[in-house]
Amino acid sequence: MHMPLEDSLGLNLLAANQHRAEHNREHFDAWNLLCLNVMSSPGAGKTSLLERSLAALSGRWAMAVLEGDMTTLLDAERLEAVGIPVVPITTGRACHLDAAMVSGGLKLLRQRLDPAALDILWVENVGNLVCPAEFAIGEHRKVALLSVTEGDDKPLKYPVMFREADCVLITKVDLLPHLPVDVERIEAHIRQVNPRTAVFRLSATTGEGFEAWHDWLDAQRQAVQTSPALLHA
Amino acid sequence: MHEVDMTRCLLLSMNEWKQQHAPRVPAVDRVHLEVGTFTCVEPDQLVVTWADAVKGSWLDGAELVIESVPLVGRCVRCQATYSPDPADGFRSPCCQHPMEEIVSGRELRIRSVAYGFDTAPSASTAPPTASHPAAAG
Ligand SMILES: Nc1nc2c(ncn2[C@@H]2O[C@H](COP(=O)(O)OP(=O)(O)O)[C@@H](O)[C@H]2O)c(=O)[nH]1
Ligand SMILES: [Mg+2]
Ligand SMILES: [Zn+2]
Ligand SMILES: [Zn+2]
Ligand SMILES: [Zn+2]
Repeated sequence: MHMPLEDSLGLNLLAANQHRAEHNREHFDAWNLLCLNVMSSPGAGKTSLLERSLAALSGRWAMAVLEGDMTTLLDAERLEAVGIPVVPITTGRACHLDAAMVSGGLKLLRQRLDPAALDILWVENVGNLVCPAEFAIGEHRKVALLSVTEGDDKPLKYPVMFREADCVLITKVDLLPHLPVDVERIEAHIRQVNPRTAVFRLSATTGEGFEAWHDWLDAQRQAVQTSPALLHA
Repeated sequence: MHEVDMTRCLLLSMNEWKQQHAPRVPAVDRVHLEVGTFTCVEPDQLVVTWADAVKGSWLDGAELVIESVPLVGRCVRCQATYSPDPADGFRSPCCQHPMEEIVSGRELRIRSVAYGFDTAPSASTAPPTASHPAAAG
């Protein structure tokens, strides 16, 4: 037996991940790039979004992708086809990316290029509406996708994801004429749990809505321009 | 499923705490958590994965005690606090305002650790790899 002691910690349960995320963030800021954490349930359209946005923006911004949702090599090929470097992140069987995995991806990225030359780093998270929202990776902005095929109740069923998102993209709106779903209700439910988030309606198939989404991106890119911080060697 | 990752993260945080006592290894009786209901953590599952994960480690036998913290919102119109109900779209019942301000429910906190030291401190002479001395007694 021992003398009972008690330490008050008040420490975040995810403190270890938080510290690593802050470390990643220091790198992002030193490289003066915007890091986006792209999250959704499987199949909501993350890779399709990236394909179209990368193609549209590659003339304006230097970009790279950390791919944490690779089901097949095909996904990376789809993105590399538009001339953007794609680095797969090894997740094992994890249901989300954490800061350490992203840090591993950054190491691989640095073998291929100098991140200081990048303007935007996209991270495609594991397809999952639950826990990716809870694990910071050092991102500047969280982007959540919700496809119209998923129904209008998802923001209320998975509120944490939509609460944490800086931007919610309602995807696959080209399918609306064929579905018994009200896109106004989807958006209302999103705003119910997060009145301040930006919401855009997109179709990666037709390109509808991408201009407004890219304007938002440009504004975020401008907003994170920071003076390069000093880092450890 | 993600409770496994949560537990791994919790263990990393506990290891960071352990370092503060190095080279002594605290014998932990209980770890108290505060877990908000507006998080992706299922307390019951966390307790199960914890019990599994600590077996054979320096935390073997430590009990995980979870206090659930309810979701409380504050209506930005009238400042009243309320319990947001998913079935009612998390609206404030007073003004039907969307859930803008969250007062509590997002907690994922290690509140405290109850522990002790099983043997007299051998402090500076003990190697940093000193293992839990409990079995020796
Ligand atoms: N109709 C339609 N289908 C889409 C759209 N975006 C993606 N999809 C399809 O949805 C499926 C999953 O897309 P993907 O981008 O791989 O989703 P991810 O798992 O989130 O990366 C694919 O079959 C895509 O062709 C869209 O805007 N409209
Ligand atoms: Mg994908
Ligand atoms: Zn570093
Ligand atoms: Zn997970
Ligand atoms: Zn009110």
